[in-house]
Amino acid sequence: MDAPQFQRLAESDRPRIRLVIDGRPCEALAGDTLLTALLTNGRRLRTSEFGDGPRAGFCLMGACQDCWVALDDGTRLRACTSFVAEGMRIVTRSAVDMSAPGRPKDELIPLGGKARSAKGAL
Amino acid sequence: MTDDRPPVVIGAGPAGIRAAATLAAAGLVPIVLDEAPASGGQIYRRAPPGFTRPYRALYGFDAAKASRLHTAFDGIKGHIDYRPDTLVWDLRHGALHCLSAGRSREVAYRDVILAPGARDRIIPFPGWTLPGIYTLGGAQIALKYQGCAIGRRVVFMGTGPLLYLVAYQYAKAGGGIAAVLDTTPFAAKRRAVPGLMRAPGTFAKGLWYVAALRARGITIANGIRPVEAEGTDDAVSALLYRNAAGTERRLACDAIAFGFGLSSETQLADLAEIPFAFDPVQQQFLPERDIAGRTPVRGVYLAGDGSGIAGADAAELAGERAALALLEDRGHEVGKPRLAALERDLRQFAGFRATLEAAFPFPADIAAGMPDETVLCRCEGVTAGEFRRAARALEADEINRAKAFSRCGMGRCQGRVCGPAAAVVLAAALNLPPERIGRLRGQPPVKPIPMAVVT
Repeated sequence: MDAPQFQRLAESDRPRIRLVIDGRPCEALAGDTLLTALLTNGRRLRTSEFGDGPRAGFCLMGACQDCWVALDDGTRLRACTSFVAEGMRIVTRSAVDMSAPGRPKDELIPLGGKARSAKGAL
Repeated sequence: MTDDRPPVVIGAGPAGIRAAATLAAAGLVPIVLDEAPASGGQIYRRAPPGFTRPYRALYGFDAAKASRLHTAFDGIKGHIDYRPDTLVWDLRHGALHCLSAGRSREVAYRDVILAPGARDRIIPFPGWTLPGIYTLGGAQIALKYQGCAIGRRVVFMGTGPLLYLVAYQYAKAGGGIAAVLDTTPFAAKRRAVPGLMRAPGTFAKGLWYVAALRARGITIANGIRPVEAEGTDDAVSALLYRNAAGTERRLACDAIAFGFGLSSETQLADLAEIPFAFDPVQQQFLPERDIAGRTPVRGVYLAGDGSGIAGADAAELAGERAALALLEDRGHEVGKPRLAALERDLRQFAGFRATLEAAFPFPADIAAGMPDETVLCRCEGVTAGEFRRAARALEADEINRAKAFSRCGMGRCQGRVCGPAAAVVLAAALNLPPERIGRLRGQPPVKPIPMAVVT
């Protein structure tokens, strides 16, 4: 598992909240945005619809709309402006991963992936 | 009785709060529509319930201002109609369309003060969509609002007052910093010093941040240009940049925060049919307004960074002035000396803007020379090359045509992120001045709303 993207520097003394990310039980803190909860547990929020890889938010102020994530019941939430709640089940690796152009439907996406530059991906 | 309709304020940052307080002081009960869950705006954003850091830790030198503004708002909260978590997604025919808790409601208005604020101004560079790369404002929100750093080894890159402020805040909070990379050449900064001396507070703070970063041994480089963000395991691992001497350098990092000043939120002003004009100082189209915040559209007033970047202090004054204009137009008695004082100070801020733009120049050359393979529009995955080809082949010499042909700026963010850079890319590709290619028009809904709301 990759090191998480975000690092907590302060305010860590808050009640724990349990959630499930891509089937994996995880912990966050009460008052975390969904974005913080996901990025203190990993390095991605969603997959770009255009096959150019994962995304992990950008503006954090509700302007860029690049942090919409899906709950496993299909609900979509803007992660930077939604708070995490006990028992949330979030899916960051959606069906889009499976339906990228040229990708066989039954191929599984490697969890790590190998080194690449952004140029190489385009 | 239509005349009984309360005035509406959109936004609860420094401008919106002062506007609401001024209206409340005159005995009115304004409706305040705030997309955020609590007042304060972006600069004075409040931490969520349960967070305990003191004002000094959250807002630094601006702690007293933040506290004053929050106290002012808390003092009027019981006397106004405050509606947090409310997105105004359309404005037409005298009605605001407001989304809250999954439901859309109409709020009829007679007069409205738009104070929607601003966002980071971005120029895409190769690799900028990799996980781990955020705006400077976003990096600040992670720390201020969530107590988090965006990475363990962060590169701060770009220009503008936020660059050093956010880097300093990270250093102070114990965050790891790879370097501060400033696109402004040292000589340009030196030339700006005499002008900056006219605002000694701003200047002193800037010097303080730079000195504090240097004292911690943090590398600061001037006059750089980004080349490419490189990724490993689907997240950023290094920034490749050219230093002032033109030499390529690779800096290992696990996060990048970047931005090039701020850009106004103008969608609602556009929907209100306020005419726009190109502002050569800020290099963007802005809605027309006078010093009091009045616009050519009756009943619509503008205040704060949403009507042109002037900063939080100016926004407070502009919010008050716009509210007083609204009151004057409703026939209230308004103290003339206060109007004169506000307008004098606002003019001073406007004059200082040119100095700040010279001290932190927008590096338009990065956008104009953007490599073809760079993703320009991160919503729709449109590269700079696709955008240029579409514009040239279809003779799209106006940005909304270029958008229609390429999908650049047509995605979820409505061009908030790519728009300023796309305008420069298009202007450069067609060899036209930026004011000739126009601006992306605001479209309802100004932000994504659930389909169920509109069907």
